[in-house]
Amino acid sequence: MTASRSDMAAGAARNGQPLIEIKDLEMKFPISRGLFRAPTEFVHAVDGINFEIAPGESLGLVGESGCGKSTTGRMLVKLMEPTGGSIMFRDREYERDVATVKGSGIKDFRRRVQMIFQDPYESMNPRRTIFDTISEPLAVQKVGTVPERETRVLDLLRLVGLTPPENFLFRYPHELSGGQRQRVAVARALVMNPSFVVADEPTSMLDVSIRISIMELMTKLARELGVSYLYITHDLAVARYMCDRIAVMYLGKIVEIGPTEEILARPQHPYTKALLSAVPVPDPSIKRMPVEIKGGISKAINPPPECRFIERCPFAAEVCETNPHPPLEPRGDRHFVACHRADQIEAWEAERVAAAGIAAG
Amino acid sequence: MTTISLEDLEARQIDPTKPLLEVDRLVMHYHIKAGDVSAVEDVSFTVHQGEAVGLVGESGCGKTSIALSLLRLLPSNAEYVSGEIRLNGEDLLWLSPEEMRQRRWKDIAMVFQGAMNSWNPVYRVGDQIRETLDTHYRGVMDYAEQRTHMEKLFTAVGLSPAMLDRYPHEFSGGMRQRAVIAMALACSPELIIADEPTTALDVIVQDQILKELKRIQAELGMSIIYISHDIAVIAEVTDSLGVMYAGKLVEYGPTATVFSRPRHPYAYLLLRSTPSITGPRRQLAPLEGEPPDLLHPPTGCRFHPRCPFATEKCVTNEPPLEDIGGGHRVACWHHDEVPALEGALQR
Repeated sequence: MTASRSDMAAGAARNGQPLIEIKDLEMKFPISRGLFRAPTEFVHAVDGINFEIAPGESLGLVGESGCGKSTTGRMLVKLMEPTGGSIMFRDREYERDVATVKGSGIKDFRRRVQMIFQDPYESMNPRRTIFDTISEPLAVQKVGTVPERETRVLDLLRLVGLTPPENFLFRYPHELSGGQRQRVAVARALVMNPSFVVADEPTSMLDVSIRISIMELMTKLARELGVSYLYITHDLAVARYMCDRIAVMYLGKIVEIGPTEEILARPQHPYTKALLSAVPVPDPSIKRMPVEIKGGISKAINPPPECRFIERCPFAAEVCETNPHPPLEPRGDRHFVACHRADQIEAWEAERVAAAGIAAG
Repeated sequence: MTTISLEDLEARQIDPTKPLLEVDRLVMHYHIKAGDVSAVEDVSFTVHQGEAVGLVGESGCGKTSIALSLLRLLPSNAEYVSGEIRLNGEDLLWLSPEEMRQRRWKDIAMVFQGAMNSWNPVYRVGDQIRETLDTHYRGVMDYAEQRTHMEKLFTAVGLSPAMLDRYPHEFSGGMRQRAVIAMALACSPELIIADEPTTALDVIVQDQILKELKRIQAELGMSIIYISHDIAVIAEVTDSLGVMYAGKLVEYGPTATVFSRPRHPYAYLLLRSTPSITGPRRQLAPLEGEPPDLLHPPTGCRFHPRCPFATEKCVTNEPPLEDIGGGHRVACWHHDEVPALEGALQR
């Protein structure tokens, strides 16, 4: 399934160019020191990140809370104005750096991108019917007449599996279950035929069984409609099922990015390793490797130039203290890691595996 | 994290064959305007000394209602219809409110969902723990002894004793949950009920908290009931596991057995629909439909409208929770057909 999707993505790519290409994207929030004092401290929520997403591809953005993944998602749909960097967006005849678009340009851009939020109970106006909710983008963009919009909404309700659609049209959010609401949120995101959707933890509020059906729905729609996703989640197991590639964020930086199965099988950044080994496994017969990092995530307030992970890293050495935060460097097929000591860690790991093999044998 | 010895806190001698808590055919309903919601229906299970028991299920399946029932902290519209909850042989349901108040924290303590809401924001954390000690050790511990005891507790859960003088907002999410655990340990209870203890936490912090709980439980000889919707968490920390659906316990047994050989179709589908980062990337099992409205629960087996094996018998007759060997109990008329699902799902 993953393979066929990326094939299609490659075929649909406009001259092989990515749909979205972000460069040195940055978001710094000032910390207020009082009304008449200029802020001297900034939270570096997103600190110079780069990635691209091909048409039809889904990229997972994972990390702990406070790592900047939601801020990144919000900047990509222009819910937040980045303080630096560029977001190149290419879709059919449309091509521009949306980081700088303003005013009516934003409205034009939003025909092409949409967002799905985490909480289906809070992302909908309780006083508007399902029809109003889903057709709102059409009304804002002045697309079609009311009967045409109704037909479109009915089609979408059918597409997201709310059948018979007529029964849902004039109901209110409180009459629907969490899973049904999230289906409405998916329908609303698709009503403008976007080529890119940012999904911020769309299934984390849902029960296991409902979660699977929403995940399946989103994958199916990506395949059929060629939508690209930025899928923001803290749950690596969910990312595994939703994403072609995964980017791991830590305190505003991307520390590792690569194809999903490659990242899960051969994580190379110490943070990715720790994150993966902390995920509980739904099988009591499997014993996990112990997590080796210490402490919790801190805040990126005026961070020092060196590697962001240095305080918690079990492999930190002099090279990490004297050099600035490492850039993402290629290590394997489409796999990039930002770590000064990636080579040593790999060698050390191989040694440990060999030693364990001898001990076990 | 360095391991801190708990020898300063009193360890309990345990006999793993001895039952500590017996829930016997518990039936609990909520009265609402529209009628009776049958939230807990005929649930029986036993927690032995030193045992960790998990209850899993989706929202609305009754797992939190059971936790609140055990503590007798149900809202006023709830009614215990029948059944018994015996702690060391004594039925908690017959205790007066005052007697029950003396049991809480001292015999049964709780770690609630959402550590953020467990603390009063305007009091220092230490003072809030002291309140519990005041209730249960009045005249036994003086002010200085209380302080020493609390410092031991904080050290045991991996917090600096200086944090006792801080306010809840000065704690991070993980630290707050550690403090909640310290509070639960304050009166050395025999049983801790942990309702979604790590749900709002990041994976790395979750991992630390679960390890801490597990270690403390083993060292102090306590029993724990873990309640969670996260099957992966339950898999790692429990000895026995119960799966709930729509107010009923549908499967119960040793965790390893329930995981490797689930025999109730719901338990089976629930386990198989949980994504994992290890092993082959297998197809997740879909679970069609939604849980029933407990105002009007389905007749017979409550899972029959969503069950791939449902027959006429399931619609009319309610399956009992039967032992199918080795303490593995299943409430399904077709439990021996469930292994066939494995083949069907592989395709």
